[in-house]
Amino acid sequence: MASAVERFDDKARQAFESVGQTAVYQGELLRHPVYTRVLHWMVALFFFLALFSGFGIYLPWLFRWFTPIFGGGQLVRTMHPWFGLAFVIFFGLQVLNWLKPMAWTAADSNWMRNMRSIVGGKEKMEPPDTGFFNAGQKTQFWEIVIGSVVYLITGVIMWAGAPAAGRMLVAISYVLHDISALIMLGGIFIHVYLSTFGQPGTFQAMTRGAVSEAWAWTFHPAWYKEVTGRDAREACEKARNRG
Amino acid sequence: MADRKTLQTEMISGHPGPVPGQGMQRDLEVCKLVDTTICIGCKACEVACAEWNDLPFSLTTFDNTYQTMPETRWNFWNLIKFNEHRKEDGTIQWLMRKDQCMHCADPGCLAACPADGAIVKYANGIVDFNQENCIGCEFCISGCPFNIPRFNPSTKRVYKCTLCSDRVGAGLEPACIKACPTGCLKFGTKDDMKFIAEERVNQLRDKFGMENAGVYDPQSVGGTHVIYVLHDATDPERYGGLPKNPQIPWSYTIWKWLFKPVLGTFALFGLAGVFLHYVTVGPRRVQPEPPKKEGGNGQRG
Repeated sequence: MASAVERFDDKARQAFESVGQTAVYQGELLRHPVYTRVLHWMVALFFFLALFSGFGIYLPWLFRWFTPIFGGGQLVRTMHPWFGLAFVIFFGLQVLNWLKPMAWTAADSNWMRNMRSIVGGKEKMEPPDTGFFNAGQKTQFWEIVIGSVVYLITGVIMWAGAPAAGRMLVAISYVLHDISALIMLGGIFIHVYLSTFGQPGTFQAMTRGAVSEAWAWTFHPAWYKEVTGRDAREACEKARNRG
Repeated sequence: MADRKTLQTEMISGHPGPVPGQGMQRDLEVCKLVDTTICIGCKACEVACAEWNDLPFSLTTFDNTYQTMPETRWNFWNLIKFNEHRKEDGTIQWLMRKDQCMHCADPGCLAACPADGAIVKYANGIVDFNQENCIGCEFCISGCPFNIPRFNPSTKRVYKCTLCSDRVGAGLEPACIKACPTGCLKFGTKDDMKFIAEERVNQLRDKFGMENAGVYDPQSVGGTHVIYVLHDATDPERYGGLPKNPQIPWSYTIWKWLFKPVLGTFALFGLAGVFLHYVTVGPRRVQPEPPKKEGGNGQRG
């Protein structure tokens, strides 16, 4: 099973690599291949389409100005499930793509215990055992996995409608769907902030696909060591002395 | 009747703030009384409804009963439900019940509706759909305990009985009432109809030996503006799915009016949180940071 997924991912990465490319300059490291980036932005596109079309249905008295963007209330209602389905499909591919680096480790449990000092800015660098993704990223990732399953199940029930699925099931699904959306909405602010203003130098990882070595040793020391063979703290000190 | 303003809006789905025109002048609630013990199943009300509301007819399925079609449709709001009931003594009883929107005092469809102004409840008790505001989400169908709202896939809007709000607003009775030949259908104020219904029930009990006869005016939805006189009010289900204890799902009451705005605000805390993080803690920079400027008073470089 796992190997079949790996074979599929490898094939997909090769296929996307033959079309696109990632330029990695001196002093940089490859962060995300073309396949990952395409998936990320397809997920992002359909997430926001589903989010904004969902807003108009969730609180129309506050967000009804979103609905004309999609061509009116009925088109919003018609398109929202399709946006959601596309989101789930592309995110599902990303899950397969990221199954390995997103696996929870002992380092992540440590990270969660020290979260206060890391997020509070006391620690300038991530803990030395932080790998390709840190525990915060993994938490958000698995939250979206669970949320997407909730979306899919409750969404299909509401899509089928009360005559087919039963009115009580629809009524319950509606609440779970909303809760799932609200958690993801809170999460997207954090995600967008940390990838732009919160951590300068991060955004290019998902656009060009490459990050600076300094970025890597600062935020993902264990991953830096894995790809370069050098220790993150030492590399940082060397750079400081050079500067 | 002409000087009374019965068509004032009382509730509007998904609408913020006070309801325009509320509390100006209130009139008595209207009510339709359906006496199932008198109905002969002539279907005149069905025809009158389709006629007055200009509903296009469509093909139906005949299932060897006296029922026009299995269920009401988006273009067929008024259906005489026909059921055969075998009584304890082995004899057969024909039950005819006029099925249509019940115009609940506490309408589940309105509670479920997310579209601003798609469902309104007038002060006279009529619950009406404004199709121009309907987004076709079909939540009202799941909110209705009587299985009444019907989705039209071609217009992507939901339709149901209006209690002829256009006629009632002009001081006329609904079309079905006008067509009924037996006096089974009556229309008037809620108080009057309840009085007549109770009188009829007493008559059925005393003169016809129907000790279980009763009025169907379910209080679990705050009472309805269509009430029935039933031969046996202890088992309304036998009249073709009339729920004994109609309920509105809690998710449309508690969730919608309390948790939805509150939790929606919580989600915005994410935005407030990252902004506060940016202004208090500041961004996390790639290490080593460039050296600080001389005399910069502790500013980051």
